[in-house]
Amino acid sequence: MQAAMISRAKELLQGGQVQRVLGWKAGEFAYDVTPAVFQSAEEVEAGFLYNDFCGANLSKYLIQESRKPGKVLVFLKPCDTYSFNQLVKEHRILRENIYAIGVPCEGKTDGERLKAAGLRGILALKAEGDRFLVETLYGPQELAKAQALPERCQNCKSKKHVAYDELMGEEGQVLESGRFDMVEKLEAMTPDERFRFWQGELSRCIRCNACRNVCPACSCEKCIFDNDASGVAQKAAANSFEESMFHIIRAFHVAGRCTDCGECSRVCPQQIPLHLLNRKFIKDIDTFYGDYQAGEDTESRAPLTNYTEGDVEPSIVYQRGGN
Amino acid sequence: MQKLALANLGRFFEAVAARQALYLPVEDAGGQASFQRWAPGAKLSGALNTTRSAKDFFFPQTEDLVNFKVRGKEIEIIDPRTEQEPFVVFGVRGCDARSFSILDKVFLADPVDTYYQSRREHGTIVSLACTRPEETCFCTSFGIDPTCPQGDVTAWMEGDALYFAANTPKGEALLAQTAELLEACGDEAVRAQQERVSAILEKLPLAGFSTQSFGGQVLIQVFESEKWAGLSQSCLGCGTCTFVCPTCQCYDIKDMDTGHGVQRFRCWDSCMYSDFTRMAHGNPRLTQKERFRQRFMHKLVYFPANNNGEYGCVGCGRCLAKCPISMNIVKVARALEGDCK
Repeated sequence: MQAAMISRAKELLQGGQVQRVLGWKAGEFAYDVTPAVFQSAEEVEAGFLYNDFCGANLSKYLIQESRKPGKVLVFLKPCDTYSFNQLVKEHRILRENIYAIGVPCEGKTDGERLKAAGLRGILALKAEGDRFLVETLYGPQELAKAQALPERCQNCKSKKHVAYDELMGEEGQVLESGRFDMVEKLEAMTPDERFRFWQGELSRCIRCNACRNVCPACSCEKCIFDNDASGVAQKAAANSFEESMFHIIRAFHVAGRCTDCGECSRVCPQQIPLHLLNRKFIKDIDTFYGDYQAGEDTESRAPLTNYTEGDVEPSIVYQRGGN
Repeated sequence: MQKLALANLGRFFEAVAARQALYLPVEDAGGQASFQRWAPGAKLSGALNTTRSAKDFFFPQTEDLVNFKVRGKEIEIIDPRTEQEPFVVFGVRGCDARSFSILDKVFLADPVDTYYQSRREHGTIVSLACTRPEETCFCTSFGIDPTCPQGDVTAWMEGDALYFAANTPKGEALLAQTAELLEACGDEAVRAQQERVSAILEKLPLAGFSTQSFGGQVLIQVFESEKWAGLSQSCLGCGTCTFVCPTCQCYDIKDMDTGHGVQRFRCWDSCMYSDFTRMAHGNPRLTQKERFRQRFMHKLVYFPANNNGEYGCVGCGRCLAKCPISMNIVKVARALEGDCK
């Protein structure tokens, strides 16, 4: 796929249909891939990469890239296309300045996941079928790709591209996944157990803001938490409640707009399963307003910004155990 | 040199913790290592390093500086310092052990930061030699020997024993506290381990990495390099690199309105943030390019220019492992090397 993508990108650049290419660039190691903008066919030839480590969702970069002169070519994996649509819907990216090519994805991993799977001192890595053959400082290792997949890919919600100008490879399907299983487990806990679970997770937060900054739904020009005048701006929490407040407010703010791309959990240096907060909202929205997938299209009205006579009454909270 | 049978490690920790607070790397709920206070049953993590660095002990992420309590027309000024208790940090790796001397240059220079100084005075560092370095390691680029880390006590774990060498009076005092568990021994096992690990260090992919061409002498050339735009183009502007870094030392001071006064605290800041060093007219670094550049200029150019050529990096590799977009000091230094002339 990489060779075909490089050749198509060069063709579009040389033909003048696009002026820049947004893709992924190789790093120092086998896994440290960086999102990058390529300005010429030579740059694409020299550094463009598409492999099992291209997990970064490129959609959010289009907020800036689509505002620059000329047209930008972007490669989108299935789950990236949902973020892309959502950003189009919110008028955050300029669709007419983008040429989007959908590319297939069999799940993406990263260095953190390789380490979690027990690999140490990775010197070289080769993907062969469904396995990674790894040369390490401490001898050769083999790893099933499935073992290195992050949760978001194990529970992939869709291999279908919901937006593109051109598709490379075969189109996939929306999948049945177990992505709400953990949410159900949390719902089944007592409030005290649930509180302890989240305290245990969120207490590790270092407020690096990586989850917010990577999130395609977090596209405010100035976040309230960066705005001194808001009264809630914090670089660090003065107490543990503030820490939780940051994540809870963020989850509320992206409710109904989060496509469940899972970037928040991918980038968290402390491995906090932040996506669970968002999935709780998605699950509740599905229950209250009927199944809804943010980013599935660019026209429909989102449940939380729409009114229908069938909407639940606020009193639902009493039936669900809130008091 | 003295040794402790590993079977007695729990008793050793217990004996240390009985006299002062003891912190050691343990596995957290996220499956990673973090320094936590010892409690009965605590298990030393086998991870090479902690996600957060050991700088937290001397320069915590948040710290109260002073409290003001207002009663009518009276303002009471309260010194909220609690860092007066002795403590021991066990298991600090060579990179982090070196980071303290870099932080010292900032916080102990005149005017001395007494909050930091007090913590330094009360802390005893037991460093632990590395045995399984990883591909992201490059401490040797800064002259650090991870097989013989700095610290009040240096420890080596080999076979069924933990070997100790005290380097300072504080370190000697600590070993004296646990004398009944230790026995004098030769250094053969430690030497053998050092040789074995040194051979691995030579094979590290970043073994040849060097920052030697950087420094104050190339300030203008590096600052004005055209490569910053490309290097910073996908930077998210998050603070991950700065917060996991053992040598990043910038902080902000904030006032929290407590309703009946002010709690003035300082907290880590990040040059990657939009409000870093914000003044009346705004942030002097208008875009992410300038913010990104600041971090690497500080480590590779400004810091050595002001500190006899010492770089503001210890090669721990945390930013290599943790940056969400995998951009880091190694990639930056390699890209800019050509501009250093």
